[in-house]
Amino acid sequence: MTSVLYDAPGPRTRRNTAVGTAVALVVLLGLVVLAVIQLAANDQLDPEKWGPLFNPANRYFVATWGALADGLVNTVLGAVLTLVFALTIGTLLAMARISSTRAYRWLVVGVIELLRGLPVVITIYFAARVLPEVGIALPPLWYLVIGLTAYNCVIIAEIIRAGVAALPRGQSEAAYAVGLTRSQVLRLILLPQAFRIMLPALISQLVVIVKDTSLGFVIFGFSEFVRAANTVIQFFIGQLGINLTLQMYIAVALVFILVNYGLGKLAEYTERRLGRARRSAAPPELATAGAGAGGAAGGA
Amino acid sequence: MDALIAEFPLFAAGFVGTLRLCLFAAVGSLVLGTILAAFRVSPLPPLRFVGLAWVTVFRNSPLVVVLFLCAFALPLVGVRFPTFAGNAFFWPGVAGLTAYTAAFVCEAVRAGINSVPPGQAEAARAVGLTFQQTLGTIVLPQALRSVVPPLGSVIIAMIKNSAIVGAFGVAGDLFSVDSALQATSRYSALSILTGVAICYLVITIPAGIALGMLERKIEVKR
Repeated sequence: MTSVLYDAPGPRTRRNTAVGTAVALVVLLGLVVLAVIQLAANDQLDPEKWGPLFNPANRYFVATWGALADGLVNTVLGAVLTLVFALTIGTLLAMARISSTRAYRWLVVGVIELLRGLPVVITIYFAARVLPEVGIALPPLWYLVIGLTAYNCVIIAEIIRAGVAALPRGQSEAAYAVGLTRSQVLRLILLPQAFRIMLPALISQLVVIVKDTSLGFVIFGFSEFVRAANTVIQFFIGQLGINLTLQMYIAVALVFILVNYGLGKLAEYTERRLGRARRSAAPPELATAGAGAGGAAGGA
Repeated sequence: MDALIAEFPLFAAGFVGTLRLCLFAAVGSLVLGTILAAFRVSPLPPLRFVGLAWVTVFRNSPLVVVLFLCAFALPLVGVRFPTFAGNAFFWPGVAGLTAYTAAFVCEAVRAGINSVPPGQAEAARAVGLTFQQTLGTIVLPQALRSVVPPLGSVIIAMIKNSAIVGAFGVAGDLFSVDSALQATSRYSALSILTGVAICYLVITIPAGIALGMLERKIEVKR
Protein backbone atom coordinates (compact mmCIF):
# COMPACT_ATOMS: atom_id res chain seq x y z
CA MET A 1 0.00 0.00 0.00
CA THR A 2 2.95 2.31 0.50
CA SER A 3 3.71 1.98 -3.20
CA VAL A 4 0.36 3.44 -4.32
CA LEU A 5 1.12 6.63 -2.38
CA TYR A 6 3.83 7.69 -4.79
CA ASP A 7 5.24 6.94 -8.24
CA ALA A 8 7.84 4.28 -8.89
CA PRO A 9 11.14 5.68 -7.53
CA GLY A 10 13.24 7.62 -10.00
CA PRO A 11 17.04 7.82 -9.99
CA ARG A 12 17.13 10.49 -7.26
CA THR A 13 14.79 8.59 -4.90
CA ARG A 14 16.72 5.39 -5.50
CA ARG A 15 19.95 7.20 -4.63
CA ASN A 16 18.38 8.69 -1.48
CA THR A 17 17.16 5.23 -0.46
CA ALA A 18 20.63 3.78 -0.97
CA VAL A 19 22.23 6.57 1.10
CA GLY A 20 19.59 6.17 3.80
CA THR A 21 20.16 2.41 3.89
CA ALA A 22 23.90 2.90 4.25
CA VAL A 23 23.45 5.44 7.06
CA ALA A 24 20.96 3.18 8.87
CA LEU A 25 23.35 0.24 8.55
CA VAL A 26 26.24 2.24 9.99
CA VAL A 27 24.07 3.42 12.91
CA LEU A 28 22.87 -0.14 13.58
CA LEU A 29 26.39 -1.54 13.43
CA GLY A 30 27.50 1.22 15.81
CA LEU A 31 24.77 0.19 18.27
CA VAL A 32 25.79 -3.47 18.02
CA VAL A 33 29.44 -2.55 18.64
CA LEU A 34 28.42 -0.42 21.64
CA ALA A 35 26.39 -3.32 23.02
CA VAL A 36 29.30 -5.73 22.61
CA ILE A 37 31.68 -3.26 24.30
CA GLN A 38 29.20 -2.88 27.16
CA LEU A 39 28.88 -6.68 27.48
CA ALA A 40 32.64 -7.14 27.43
CA ALA A 41 33.19 -4.35 29.97
CA ASN A 42 30.82 -6.14 32.35
CA ASP A 43 32.44 -9.50 31.82
CA GLN A 44 29.38 -10.99 30.10
CA LEU A 45 31.20 -12.41 27.06
CA ASP A 46 33.10 -14.91 29.20
CA PRO A 47 32.81 -18.36 27.52
CA GLU A 48 32.41 -19.80 31.01
CA LYS A 49 29.00 -18.08 31.17
CA TRP A 50 27.78 -18.99 27.68
CA GLY A 51 29.27 -22.48 27.51
CA PRO A 52 26.91 -24.35 29.86
CA LEU A 53 23.98 -23.25 27.69
CA PHE A 54 25.28 -22.90 24.15
CA ASN A 55 28.38 -25.08 23.85
CA PRO A 56 27.72 -28.86 23.77
CA ALA A 57 31.40 -29.48 24.55
CA ASN A 58 31.09 -27.67 27.89
CA ARG A 59 31.23 -30.04 30.86
CA TYR A 60 28.06 -28.55 32.44
CA PHE A 61 26.06 -28.51 29.18
CA VAL A 62 24.28 -31.85 29.56
CA ALA A 63 23.47 -31.38 33.24
CA THR A 64 22.22 -27.82 32.69
CA TRP A 65 19.85 -28.75 29.88
CA GLY A 66 18.81 -31.86 31.78
CA ALA A 67 17.67 -29.68 34.67
CA LEU A 68 15.92 -27.32 32.26
CA ALA A 69 14.22 -30.21 30.48
CA ASP A 70 12.51 -31.23 33.73
CA GLY A 71 10.88 -27.81 33.81
CA LEU A 72 10.16 -27.89 30.10
CA VAL A 73 8.17 -31.12 30.55
CA ASN A 74 5.88 -29.35 33.02
CA THR A 75 5.53 -26.39 30.66
CA VAL A 76 4.52 -28.62 27.74
CA LEU A 77 2.18 -30.69 29.93
CA GLY A 78 0.58 -27.52 31.26
CA ALA A 79 0.06 -26.14 27.76
CA VAL A 80 -1.37 -29.37 26.33
CA LEU A 81 -3.73 -30.02 29.26
CA THR A 82 -4.89 -26.40 29.15
CA LEU A 83 -5.55 -26.64 25.43
CA VAL A 84 -7.63 -29.81 25.85
CA PHE A 85 -9.71 -28.46 28.75
CA ALA A 86 -10.08 -24.97 27.29
CA LEU A 87 -11.24 -26.36 23.93
CA THR A 88 -13.81 -28.64 25.59
CA ILE A 89 -15.18 -26.09 28.04
CA GLY A 90 -14.91 -23.28 25.49
CA THR A 91 -17.00 -25.23 22.98
CA LEU A 92 -19.64 -25.97 25.61
CA LEU A 93 -19.70 -22.29 26.61
CA ALA A 94 -20.04 -21.22 22.98
CA MET A 95 -22.92 -23.69 22.48
CA ALA A 96 -24.62 -22.43 25.65
CA ARG A 97 -24.21 -18.85 24.51
CA ILE A 98 -25.58 -19.49 21.03
CA SER A 99 -28.44 -21.85 21.75
CA SER A 100 -29.81 -21.30 25.24
CA THR A 101 -32.77 -19.28 26.44
CA ARG A 102 -32.33 -15.60 27.18
CA ALA A 103 -31.94 -15.72 30.99
CA TYR A 104 -29.44 -18.51 30.74
CA ARG A 105 -27.54 -16.74 27.97
CA TRP A 106 -27.09 -13.66 30.15
CA LEU A 107 -25.49 -15.86 32.77
CA VAL A 108 -23.05 -17.27 30.22
CA VAL A 109 -22.24 -13.79 28.90
CA GLY A 110 -21.67 -12.66 32.49
CA VAL A 111 -19.21 -15.48 33.17
CA ILE A 112 -17.39 -14.82 29.90
CA GLU A 113 -17.06 -11.08 30.55
CA LEU A 114 -15.94 -11.69 34.13
CA LEU A 115 -13.19 -14.17 33.28
CA ARG A 116 -12.11 -12.20 30.22
CA GLY A 117 -11.54 -9.09 32.32
CA LEU A 118 -9.22 -10.79 34.80
CA PRO A 119 -5.45 -10.97 34.38
CA VAL A 120 -4.39 -14.60 33.80
CA VAL A 121 -1.76 -14.35 36.48
CA ILE A 122 -4.56 -13.54 38.97
CA THR A 123 -6.65 -16.59 37.95
CA ILE A 124 -3.60 -18.84 38.32
CA TYR A 125 -2.64 -17.30 41.65
CA PHE A 126 -6.27 -17.54 42.75
CA ALA A 127 -6.36 -21.26 41.95
CA ALA A 128 -3.03 -21.86 43.70
CA ARG A 129 -3.93 -20.02 46.91
CA VAL A 130 -7.68 -20.39 47.27
CA LEU A 131 -8.15 -24.05 46.29
CA PRO A 132 -5.80 -25.42 49.02
CA GLU A 133 -7.45 -23.03 51.48
CA VAL A 134 -10.89 -24.55 50.85
CA GLY A 135 -9.44 -28.04 51.15
CA ILE A 136 -8.80 -28.92 47.50
CA ALA A 137 -5.12 -29.82 47.49
CA LEU A 138 -3.85 -30.80 44.02
CA PRO A 139 -0.43 -31.28 42.48
CA PRO A 140 0.82 -27.74 41.57
CA LEU A 141 0.59 -28.43 37.83
CA TRP A 142 -3.19 -28.52 38.16
CA TYR A 143 -3.36 -25.04 39.67
CA LEU A 144 -1.61 -23.77 36.55
CA VAL A 145 -3.95 -25.74 34.28
CA ILE A 146 -7.08 -24.59 36.15
CA GLY A 147 -5.97 -20.94 36.16
CA LEU A 148 -5.03 -20.98 32.48
CA THR A 149 -8.19 -22.86 31.49
CA ALA A 150 -10.44 -20.41 33.36
CA TYR A 151 -9.12 -17.61 31.17
CA ASN A 152 -8.56 -19.39 27.89
CA CYS A 153 -11.87 -21.26 27.74
CA VAL A 154 -13.80 -18.00 27.47
CA ILE A 155 -11.42 -16.70 24.80
CA ILE A 156 -11.89 -19.92 22.84
CA ALA A 157 -15.67 -19.68 23.35
CA GLU A 158 -15.56 -16.22 21.78
CA ILE A 159 -13.41 -17.45 18.89
CA ILE A 160 -15.86 -20.28 18.15
CA ARG A 161 -18.85 -17.96 18.45
CA ALA A 162 -17.21 -15.58 15.96
CA GLY A 163 -16.67 -18.56 13.67
CA VAL A 164 -20.33 -19.57 13.83
CA ALA A 165 -21.38 -15.95 13.25
CA ALA A 166 -19.13 -15.75 10.18
CA LEU A 167 -20.85 -18.72 8.49
CA PRO A 168 -23.35 -17.89 5.73
CA ARG A 169 -26.97 -17.93 6.99
CA GLY A 170 -27.86 -20.46 4.32
CA GLN A 171 -25.99 -23.14 6.26
CA SER A 172 -28.35 -23.14 9.24
CA GLU A 173 -31.40 -22.38 7.07
CA ALA A 174 -30.72 -25.40 4.90
CA ALA A 175 -30.10 -27.58 7.96
CA TYR A 176 -33.41 -26.54 9.54
CA ALA A 177 -35.14 -27.04 6.19
CA VAL A 178 -34.10 -30.70 6.03
CA GLY A 179 -35.58 -31.15 9.51
CA LEU A 180 -32.59 -31.11 11.88
CA THR A 181 -33.21 -29.95 15.45
CA ARG A 182 -31.50 -26.92 17.00
CA SER A 183 -28.80 -28.95 18.69
CA GLN A 184 -28.23 -31.06 15.58
CA VAL A 185 -27.80 -27.93 13.46
CA LEU A 186 -25.23 -26.63 15.90
CA ARG A 187 -23.43 -29.92 16.38
CA LEU A 188 -23.44 -31.30 12.86
CA ILE A 189 -23.48 -28.23 10.63
CA LEU A 190 -22.26 -25.05 12.33
CA LEU A 191 -19.59 -26.13 14.84
CA PRO A 192 -17.50 -28.27 12.46
CA GLN A 193 -17.35 -25.43 9.97
CA ALA A 194 -16.70 -22.84 12.68
CA PHE A 195 -13.74 -24.91 13.94
CA ARG A 196 -12.43 -25.11 10.42
CA ILE A 197 -12.46 -21.42 9.65
CA MET A 198 -11.27 -20.53 13.14
CA LEU A 199 -8.34 -22.95 13.15
CA PRO A 200 -5.75 -20.19 12.57
CA ALA A 201 -7.18 -18.15 15.47
CA LEU A 202 -7.15 -21.25 17.67
CA ILE A 203 -3.50 -21.95 16.85
CA SER A 204 -2.66 -18.30 17.64
CA GLN A 205 -4.37 -18.78 20.99
CA LEU A 206 -2.11 -21.78 21.59
CA VAL A 207 0.87 -19.40 21.30
CA VAL A 208 -0.70 -17.31 24.07
CA ILE A 209 -1.20 -20.44 26.20
CA VAL A 210 2.42 -21.56 25.73
CA LYS A 211 3.65 -18.11 26.74
CA ASP A 212 1.33 -17.97 29.73
CA THR A 213 2.52 -21.30 31.15
CA SER A 214 5.52 -19.28 32.32
CA LEU A 215 3.14 -17.57 34.77
CA GLY A 216 3.34 -20.80 36.75
CA PHE A 217 6.20 -19.04 38.55
CA VAL A 218 3.65 -17.57 40.97
CA ILE A 219 2.76 -21.08 42.18
CA PHE A 220 4.83 -21.95 45.20
CA GLY A 221 6.84 -25.16 44.75
CA PHE A 222 6.05 -25.63 41.06
CA SER A 223 8.90 -26.00 38.59
CA GLU A 224 8.07 -25.04 35.01
CA PHE A 225 10.64 -23.91 32.45
CA VAL A 226 11.25 -20.39 33.80
CA ARG A 227 11.36 -21.55 37.43
CA ALA A 228 13.76 -24.36 36.48
CA ALA A 229 15.94 -21.74 34.79
CA ASN A 230 15.99 -19.68 38.00
CA THR A 231 16.94 -22.75 40.02
CA VAL A 232 19.84 -23.45 37.66
CA ILE A 233 20.96 -19.82 37.90
CA GLN A 234 20.96 -20.03 41.70
CA PHE A 235 22.89 -23.29 41.56
CA PHE A 236 25.56 -21.84 39.28
CA ILE A 237 25.96 -18.74 41.47
CA GLY A 238 25.96 -20.69 44.72
CA GLN A 239 27.97 -23.78 43.83
CA LEU A 240 30.22 -22.73 40.95
CA GLY A 241 30.47 -18.97 41.36
CA ILE A 242 29.34 -18.40 37.77
CA ASN A 243 26.63 -15.78 37.23
CA LEU A 244 24.92 -16.74 33.97
CA THR A 245 21.66 -14.84 34.61
CA LEU A 246 21.76 -12.92 31.32
CA GLN A 247 22.78 -15.96 29.26
CA MET A 248 20.11 -18.15 30.85
CA TYR A 249 17.23 -15.75 30.14
CA ILE A 250 18.45 -15.33 26.58
CA ALA A 251 18.43 -19.13 26.18
CA VAL A 252 14.94 -19.39 27.74
CA ALA A 253 13.62 -16.61 25.50
CA LEU A 254 15.14 -18.32 22.43
CA VAL A 255 13.36 -21.59 23.22
CA PHE A 256 10.00 -19.80 23.58
CA ILE A 257 10.61 -17.73 20.45
CA LEU A 258 11.46 -20.83 18.38
CA VAL A 259 8.37 -22.76 19.52
CA ASN A 260 5.99 -19.83 19.18
CA TYR A 261 7.43 -18.63 15.89
CA GLY A 262 6.84 -22.13 14.52
CA LEU A 263 3.26 -22.14 15.83
CA GLY A 264 2.71 -18.68 14.33
CA LYS A 265 3.94 -19.87 10.94
CA LEU A 266 1.65 -22.92 11.25
CA ALA A 267 -1.30 -20.57 11.87
CA GLU A 268 -0.41 -18.53 8.78
CA TYR A 269 -0.03 -21.66 6.68
CA THR A 270 -3.40 -23.03 7.86
CA GLU A 271 -5.04 -19.72 7.07
CA ARG A 272 -3.63 -19.69 3.54
CA ARG A 273 -4.62 -23.31 2.95
CA LEU A 274 -8.14 -22.82 4.25
CA GLY A 275 -8.52 -19.71 2.09
CA ARG A 276 -7.49 -21.70 -0.98
CA ALA A 277 -9.73 -24.65 -0.11
CA ARG A 278 -12.77 -22.43 0.30
CA ARG A 279 -12.17 -20.65 -2.98
CA SER A 280 -11.67 -23.81 -4.99
CA ALA A 281 -14.56 -25.69 -3.33
CA ALA A 282 -17.18 -23.05 -4.05
CA PRO A 283 -18.78 -22.96 -7.51
CA PRO A 284 -18.19 -19.65 -9.32
CA GLU A 285 -21.54 -18.01 -8.49
CA LEU A 286 -21.05 -18.68 -4.77
CA ALA A 287 -17.41 -17.68 -4.68
CA THR A 288 -18.11 -14.16 -3.42
CA ALA A 289 -20.14 -15.41 -0.44
CA GLY A 290 -17.35 -17.83 0.46
CA ALA A 291 -14.71 -15.16 0.17
CA GLY A 292 -16.79 -12.88 2.41
CA ALA A 293 -16.96 -15.46 5.18
CA GLY A 294 -13.27 -16.24 4.83
CA GLY A 295 -12.44 -12.55 5.00
CA ALA A 296 -14.41 -12.13 8.20
CA ALA A 297 -12.53 -15.06 9.72
CA GLY A 298 -9.21 -13.52 8.76
CA GLY A 299 -10.17 -10.24 10.39
CA ALA A 300 -11.25 -11.74 13.70
CA MET B 1 -14.74 -9.32 49.86
CA ASP B 2 -14.57 -8.28 53.54
CA ALA B 3 -10.87 -7.55 53.02
CA LEU B 4 -11.73 -5.06 50.25
CA ILE B 5 -14.17 -3.20 52.53
CA ALA B 6 -12.05 -3.30 55.70
CA GLU B 7 -8.76 -2.44 54.01
CA PHE B 8 -10.13 -0.07 51.40
CA PRO B 9 -7.30 2.51 51.66
CA LEU B 10 -4.71 -0.21 51.00
CA PHE B 11 -6.62 -1.44 47.95
CA ALA B 12 -7.08 2.13 46.73
CA ALA B 13 -3.34 2.71 46.96
CA GLY B 14 -2.67 -0.48 45.01
CA PHE B 15 -5.28 0.56 42.44
CA VAL B 16 -3.54 3.90 41.94
CA GLY B 17 -0.21 2.05 41.74
CA THR B 18 -1.53 -0.17 38.95
CA LEU B 19 -2.93 2.84 37.07
CA ARG B 20 0.40 4.65 37.42
CA LEU B 21 2.34 1.66 36.15
CA CYS B 22 -0.07 1.31 33.21
CA LEU B 23 0.02 5.02 32.38
CA PHE B 24 3.80 5.05 31.99
CA ALA B 25 3.83 1.79 30.04
CA ALA B 26 0.91 2.85 27.81
CA VAL B 27 2.54 6.13 26.80
CA GLY B 28 5.90 4.42 26.30
CA SER B 29 4.55 1.53 24.25
CA LEU B 30 2.30 3.73 22.07
CA VAL B 31 5.26 5.96 21.18
CA LEU B 32 7.73 3.11 20.71
CA GLY B 33 5.17 0.95 18.87
CA THR B 34 4.33 3.73 16.42
CA ILE B 35 8.03 4.31 15.71
CA LEU B 36 8.46 0.56 15.15
CA ALA B 37 5.44 0.52 12.80
CA ALA B 38 7.04 3.37 10.82
CA PHE B 39 10.22 1.26 10.70
CA ARG B 40 8.26 -1.71 9.38
CA VAL B 41 6.78 0.19 6.41
CA SER B 42 9.94 2.22 5.82
CA PRO B 43 11.66 2.05 2.42
CA LEU B 44 15.00 1.36 4.17
CA PRO B 45 15.65 -2.40 4.58
CA PRO B 46 17.75 -2.13 7.79
CA LEU B 47 14.91 -0.30 9.55
CA ARG B 48 12.37 -2.83 8.30
CA PHE B 49 14.61 -5.55 9.71
CA VAL B 50 14.77 -3.86 13.13
CA GLY B 51 10.96 -3.56 13.23
CA LEU B 52 10.44 -7.17 12.21
CA ALA B 53 13.07 -8.45 14.65
CA TRP B 54 11.53 -6.53 17.55
CA VAL B 55 8.04 -7.81 16.78
CA THR B 56 9.21 -11.42 16.34
CA VAL B 57 11.22 -11.44 19.56
CA PHE B 58 8.76 -9.72 21.86
CA ARG B 59 5.54 -11.22 20.51
CA ASN B 60 6.90 -14.72 20.97
CA SER B 61 8.60 -14.46 24.36
CA PRO B 62 6.63 -14.59 27.60
CA LEU B 63 6.38 -11.28 29.43
CA VAL B 64 7.79 -13.01 32.51
CA VAL B 65 11.09 -13.68 30.72
CA VAL B 66 11.23 -10.10 29.43
CA LEU B 67 10.67 -8.83 32.97
CA PHE B 68 13.33 -11.14 34.42
CA LEU B 69 15.76 -9.84 31.79
CA CYS B 70 14.95 -6.22 32.64
CA ALA B 71 15.10 -6.66 36.40
CA PHE B 72 18.00 -9.09 36.87
CA ALA B 73 20.05 -9.31 33.68
CA LEU B 74 20.22 -5.63 32.64
CA PRO B 75 21.84 -4.55 35.95
CA LEU B 76 24.62 -7.07 35.19
CA VAL B 77 25.50 -5.20 32.00
CA GLY B 78 25.52 -1.84 33.72
CA VAL B 79 21.89 -0.73 33.15
CA ARG B 80 20.58 0.23 36.59
CA PHE B 81 17.06 1.47 37.24
CA PRO B 82 16.31 3.97 40.04
CA THR B 83 13.68 2.99 42.61
CA PHE B 84 10.25 4.60 42.39
CA ALA B 85 8.69 5.55 45.75
CA GLY B 86 10.70 2.72 47.32
CA ASN B 87 9.58 0.14 44.76
CA ALA B 88 12.66 -1.40 43.17
CA PHE B 89 10.68 -3.18 40.44
CA PHE B 90 8.64 -0.23 39.21
CA TRP B 91 10.97 1.04 36.48
CA PRO B 92 12.21 -2.39 35.31
CA GLY B 93 8.50 -3.33 35.19
CA VAL B 94 7.63 -0.28 33.11
CA ALA B 95 10.58 -0.97 30.78
CA GLY B 96 9.66 -4.64 30.27
CA LEU B 97 5.95 -3.94 29.83
CA THR B 98 6.74 -1.14 27.36
CA ALA B 99 9.13 -3.24 25.26
CA TYR B 100 6.64 -6.13 25.19
CA THR B 101 3.50 -4.09 24.46
CA ALA B 102 5.27 -1.99 21.80
CA ALA B 103 5.49 -5.10 19.60
CA PHE B 104 1.69 -5.51 19.73
CA VAL B 105 1.09 -1.78 19.21
CA CYS B 106 3.38 -1.93 16.17
CA GLU B 107 1.37 -4.74 14.61
CA ALA B 108 -1.96 -3.01 15.33
CA VAL B 109 -0.78 0.23 13.74
CA ARG B 110 0.67 -1.55 10.73
CA ALA B 111 -2.52 -3.55 10.22
CA GLY B 112 -4.48 -0.28 10.40
CA ILE B 113 -2.34 1.37 7.73
CA ASN B 114 -2.70 -1.71 5.51
CA SER B 115 -6.48 -1.83 6.02
CA VAL B 116 -7.04 1.30 3.93
CA PRO B 117 -7.92 -0.07 0.48
CA PRO B 118 -5.33 0.86 -2.15
CA GLY B 119 -8.17 2.27 -4.27
CA GLN B 120 -8.47 5.17 -1.80
CA ALA B 121 -4.90 6.33 -2.41
CA GLU B 122 -5.17 5.59 -6.13
CA ALA B 123 -8.34 7.68 -6.41
CA ALA B 124 -6.72 10.50 -4.46
CA ARG B 125 -3.74 10.49 -6.79
CA ALA B 126 -6.01 10.26 -9.82
CA VAL B 127 -7.80 13.51 -8.87
CA GLY B 128 -4.39 15.16 -8.56
CA LEU B 129 -3.69 15.31 -4.83
CA THR B 130 -0.02 15.50 -3.85
CA PHE B 131 1.73 12.90 -1.68
CA GLN B 132 1.20 14.98 1.48
CA GLN B 133 -2.47 15.58 0.65
CA THR B 134 -3.06 11.91 -0.13
CA LEU B 135 -1.49 10.78 3.12
CA GLY B 136 -2.82 13.59 5.31
CA THR B 137 -6.41 13.88 4.10
CA ILE B 138 -7.23 10.44 2.68
CA VAL B 139 -5.12 7.60 4.06
CA LEU B 140 -4.16 8.57 7.63
CA PRO B 141 -7.64 9.63 8.83
CA GLN B 142 -9.05 6.29 7.67
CA ALA B 143 -6.09 4.36 9.05
CA LEU B 144 -6.52 6.06 12.42
CA ARG B 145 -10.15 4.96 12.63
CA SER B 146 -9.35 1.34 11.99
CA VAL B 147 -6.35 1.46 14.35
CA VAL B 148 -8.22 2.67 17.43
CA PRO B 149 -10.19 -0.53 18.24
CA PRO B 150 -7.24 -2.95 18.05
CA LEU B 151 -5.04 -0.46 19.92
CA GLY B 152 -7.67 -0.30 22.65
CA SER B 153 -7.61 -4.09 22.97
CA VAL B 154 -3.80 -4.01 23.16
CA ILE B 155 -3.91 -1.46 25.98
CA ILE B 156 -6.57 -3.42 27.91
CA ALA B 157 -4.40 -6.54 27.56
CA MET B 158 -1.48 -4.47 28.81
CA ILE B 159 -3.42 -3.42 31.92
CA LYS B 160 -4.06 -7.10 32.65
CA ASN B 161 -0.40 -7.91 31.97
CA SER B 162 0.66 -5.27 34.48
CA ALA B 163 -0.45 -7.75 37.16
CA ILE B 164 2.52 -9.91 36.15
CA VAL B 165 4.88 -7.05 37.05
CA GLY B 166 3.32 -6.98 40.51
CA ALA B 167 3.36 -10.75 40.87
CA PHE B 168 6.99 -10.72 40.13
CA GLY B 169 8.34 -8.08 42.45
CA VAL B 170 7.27 -5.15 44.58
CA ALA B 171 5.97 -2.53 42.17
CA GLY B 172 3.45 -0.88 44.51
CA ASP B 173 0.49 -2.07 42.44
CA LEU B 174 -2.64 -4.11 43.22
CA PHE B 175 -0.66 -7.30 43.54
CA SER B 176 1.38 -5.81 46.42
CA VAL B 177 -1.89 -5.57 48.38
CA ASP B 178 -1.90 -9.35 48.55
CA SER B 179 1.59 -9.66 50.01
CA ALA B 180 0.87 -6.87 52.49
CA LEU B 181 -2.37 -8.51 53.71
CA GLN B 182 -1.01 -12.03 53.59
CA ALA B 183 1.64 -10.94 56.10
CA THR B 184 -1.03 -9.88 58.60
CA SER B 185 -2.84 -13.24 58.16
CA ARG B 186 -6.12 -11.59 59.15
CA TYR B 187 -7.95 -12.43 55.94
CA SER B 188 -8.43 -15.56 53.87
CA ALA B 189 -6.75 -15.79 50.47
CA LEU B 190 -10.23 -15.97 48.95
CA SER B 191 -11.22 -12.69 50.53
CA ILE B 192 -8.02 -10.85 49.55
CA LEU B 193 -7.85 -12.14 46.00
CA THR B 194 -11.54 -11.52 45.34
CA GLY B 195 -10.86 -7.91 46.32
CA VAL B 196 -7.86 -7.73 43.96
CA ALA B 197 -9.88 -9.35 41.16
CA ILE B 198 -12.73 -6.86 41.62
CA CYS B 199 -10.25 -3.97 41.38
CA TYR B 200 -8.98 -5.28 38.03
CA LEU B 201 -12.52 -5.83 36.75
CA VAL B 202 -13.39 -2.25 37.71
CA ILE B 203 -10.74 -1.17 35.19
CA THR B 204 -11.08 -3.77 32.42
CA ILE B 205 -14.86 -4.21 32.06
CA PRO B 206 -15.74 -0.49 31.72
CA ALA B 207 -12.72 -0.06 29.43
CA GLY B 208 -14.01 -2.90 27.25
CA ILE B 209 -17.53 -1.42 27.11
CA ALA B 210 -16.18 2.06 26.31
CA LEU B 211 -14.00 0.59 23.58
CA GLY B 212 -16.99 -1.23 22.07
CA MET B 213 -18.99 2.02 21.98
CA LEU B 214 -16.09 3.93 20.46
CA GLU B 215 -15.65 1.18 17.90
CA ARG B 216 -19.28 1.42 16.76
CA LYS B 217 -19.05 5.20 16.63
CA ILE B 218 -15.96 5.50 14.44
CA GLU B 219 -16.54 2.38 12.36
CA VAL B 220 -15.82 2.93 8.67
CA LYS B 221 -18.80 1.74 6.65
CA ARG B 222 -17.57 -0.04 3.56
